[in-house]
Amino acid sequence: MDNDLLQFALFFALLIAIAVPLGAYMAATFAGDVRFLAPVETALLRAAGTAATTEQRWTSYALALLAFNAAGFALLYLVLVFQDVLPLNPQGFAGLPAHLAFNTAISFVTNTNWQSYGGETTLSNFSQMVGLTTQNFVSAAAGMAVAAAVARGLAARQSKAIGNFWVDLTRATLYILLPGAIVLALVFAVCGMPQTLAAAFDATTLEGGRQTLAVGPVASQVAIKQLGTNGGGFFNVNSAHPFENPTALTNFLSTLAILAIPAAFCFTYGRMVGDRRQGRALFAAMALLFVAGFAAIYAAEQAGNPLQAGLVDAGTGNMEGKEVRFGVLGSTLWASATTAASNGSVNAMHDSFTPLGGMVAMLNIQLGEVVFGGVGVGLTGMLLFVILAVFLAGLMVGRTPEYLGKKIEAREVKLAALTLLVMPLGVLVLAALAIAAGTAQASVQDAGPHGLSELLYAYSSATGNNGSAFAGFSANTAWHNTFLGIAMMLGRFGYIIPVLAIAGSLAAKKTAPATAGTFPTHGALFVVLLLATILIVGALTFLPVLALGPIAEQVSLIAGRTF
Amino acid sequence: MTSLLRPALVLLALFTALTGIAYPLAVTGIAQVAVPGAANGSQVTVAGRVVGSALVGQAFATDRYFHGRPSATTAPDAQDEAKTVDSPYNAASSTGSNLAPSSAALAEAVKARAAALGGGPVPADLVTASASGLDPDISPAAAAFQASRVARARGLPEDEVRALVKRNTMGRTFGVLGEPRVNVLALNLALDGLKR
Repeated sequence: MDNDLLQFALFFALLIAIAVPLGAYMAATFAGDVRFLAPVETALLRAAGTAATTEQRWTSYALALLAFNAAGFALLYLVLVFQDVLPLNPQGFAGLPAHLAFNTAISFVTNTNWQSYGGETTLSNFSQMVGLTTQNFVSAAAGMAVAAAVARGLAARQSKAIGNFWVDLTRATLYILLPGAIVLALVFAVCGMPQTLAAAFDATTLEGGRQTLAVGPVASQVAIKQLGTNGGGFFNVNSAHPFENPTALTNFLSTLAILAIPAAFCFTYGRMVGDRRQGRALFAAMALLFVAGFAAIYAAEQAGNPLQAGLVDAGTGNMEGKEVRFGVLGSTLWASATTAASNGSVNAMHDSFTPLGGMVAMLNIQLGEVVFGGVGVGLTGMLLFVILAVFLAGLMVGRTPEYLGKKIEAREVKLAALTLLVMPLGVLVLAALAIAAGTAQASVQDAGPHGLSELLYAYSSATGNNGSAFAGFSANTAWHNTFLGIAMMLGRFGYIIPVLAIAGSLAAKKTAPATAGTFPTHGALFVVLLLATILIVGALTFLPVLALGPIAEQVSLIAGRTF
Repeated sequence: MTSLLRPALVLLALFTALTGIAYPLAVTGIAQVAVPGAANGSQVTVAGRVVGSALVGQAFATDRYFHGRPSATTAPDAQDEAKTVDSPYNAASSTGSNLAPSSAALAEAVKARAAALGGGPVPADLVTASASGLDPDISPAAAAFQASRVARARGLPEDEVRALVKRNTMGRTFGVLGEPRVNVLALNLALDGLKR
C-alpha cells in the first residue's frame, strides 16, 4: 500500500518532468524552429509538391487529412487482404477476410488500434511492420497536426490560414515520434523485448513438453504503439505478454510513454497561444480527472472479488487477468492511463476487472477521450468542452462568451454541441442496434449484466478511438467488424472536422484585449467549471446504461449472485 | 484533386519506407548486434538444448517442480480444427480467461483450485488465471506455499528448498517498481541444479 503510493507519486512527478520540456520542444517543432532533420524534411515536402511556406485554410487542411487517411486505408486494406502473397510471412498466414481487413484498416488509420484479430495467430511480419507500424506513426502524427492547427487558429488574428497539414504531419513524425520511438525501442530491446524477423522458436520444457514461442519485431512496434496512443499490440494479449512487457521497468516506462505526448500537448498549447497559464489550466483539469479515475480503479481492484473471500489470502486484490510482475498497482495505473489517453494497450484483462474498476475505465473513454486523450486529439477534445464551458459561463452572467479574446458565437457553439452527439451515437445507438439485431447476444461471453458491459465497452472503445476491450467479447464477426469500423470513423472524423471548422472560424476573428469583465480561463474557478461541464454534459449521458451493466453487476456480486 | 492526391500518395509511400521498413529494420539490426540474447527471445539453454525463455512461463504439473499460475491458453483441437482444447502456457497463442468477476465458471474454478491446494485461504495468484496465460512469475508467498511439497517429492530438506526460493526471489526494481516475484522456470532450473 505504502509502496503503491510511492510508485504512483514517482510516476506522476516523472510525467510532469517529461511533459513540460517535451511540450516546449513540440511547440518549437510545430513553429518550424526544430531543424536538425531539415534536409530530410525539405526533401519529403518537395517530393510531395508542397513547402513549409504554403498555408492552408481549415477546409484544405481537413481535406488533406481526409485524403491522407483514405490513401492510408486503401494501402493497409490491400496489405492485409494480400498478406499471403506478400513477403515476410514465415508462418504462411492467409489473407484477412474483407470485413476483418476493413475493421483493422479503419482501426489503425483512425489511431484506434482496436484488434479484432490475435496478432501472433493472424498477421505476418510484413503486415505488422509495413502495414501497422506505418499507421502507428502517421495516424498519431495526423492527430498531432490537428492540435497544432487548432492552437494556431486560436492564436491567429484575422487570418484565414491554420497551417499546412503536410508540413505538420511531416514534422510530427520526423522530430517527435521517430526519435522518441527509436530511443524507446532500443531501451525496450535491452530490457528483453524480442526484435527479430524470425516468427517463433521451439523449446523442450523441463517436463519434456514442447513449447513454441512466438517472437518478431516486437520492441519497435511497442515503442510507437505507446508513444502514439495507438495501443495495437504485437501479441493477442498486448502488453500483458511477457515478450511485449517483460519487466517492472518496461511496464513503468510504457505507462509513462502512454501519457507523455498527450500531457505535453497541454504545455505545447499554452506556448502556441502565447499564454502558458491556459495550458496549465487544461493540464490541471485533465490531471484531476486522471487521479480520480485511477484512485477509483485502484480501490476497486485492491478490494478484490467478494466471491473469493476466504479462498484467497486477504489483501492481495483481484488477480484474475493480472500478471504477478505488475500486481494491482501496475495493472490499475496502466488501465487508468490507457483508457484516459485513448491508447488502448492493456497489461491486464479489463474484462476480469471488478465491475466498478471496469466501469471507471469505460467511463474514462466515454468522456470523449479528453483526460489527456489521444495524441493531439485529446487536447482538441478538451477544447470543445472549454468552448461549452465558456458558453455556459456566458449564459450565467449574460455576456457574450469569449475565449482567448475570441468571441464564441453561435457557429462555434453549434459545432461543439454537435460533437457531444458523437459518443452517444457511437455507443448507445450502435449498441442498441446490435442488441436489436441479436448480434450482441451472440458475441458476449458472460451472462448477466456483465454481458452488457462487454458490449458497451466494445462500442465505447471504438467510438472513443481507444482500442482496448473487454476481450471476452467476440468482435470478429461481419456485423461487429463493420459497425465497430463505422463507430471508429465516427469517433475520429466526428471530432476532427468540427474542431478544425471551429479553428478556422476563430482564426478569422478579431482578438479583443482582456478587460475587467472578461471571465479568466486560467484560474481554479474555470477548472472547476470545466470539470463540471465534462461530468454533467459528458458523463451523465451514460449513467443510466452503466446502472444496467457494471453497477448492477457490482450489486449482484455483493449479494453473492453469479451468472 | 491532384493537389491532394499527390502529397497523400507520395508521403504515404515515403513514410511507409521510413517508418514501416527502415525503422523496424534499423532497430532489428542494432538490437541483433547489441543484445542478441534479448532480441531473440531470451532463450534458456541447458546442455545445448533450448528449454524455454527466461521471460515466458511454461507448464509444470509434477510435484517435483514449482508450479506457475493457472493459464487460460488453448490450442486448436487435433480432431476438429474449428474447436480448441486447453493448452496451458501455449506461447504461440496468448490469452487470459476474460471471465467476468460475477461469472459462475470463474467462481467454481477458483473454488476447485483452492480445494486442490488443500482449501483456502491460499495465495491469490495460485488460483487465478494470469492475463497472458504465460505469466513467468509467482508471488513469494505462492512459492513458499509449495516448498514443502517440492521438498517431499525430491527428498530434500525443506529448509534447503526454502533457502533456494529466497535466493530466487526478485525484489522490486530500484526498490520501488513492480512487485516482488519468483521466476518459476529459473527456480526450477536451480532446483534441478541442486545435488542429491
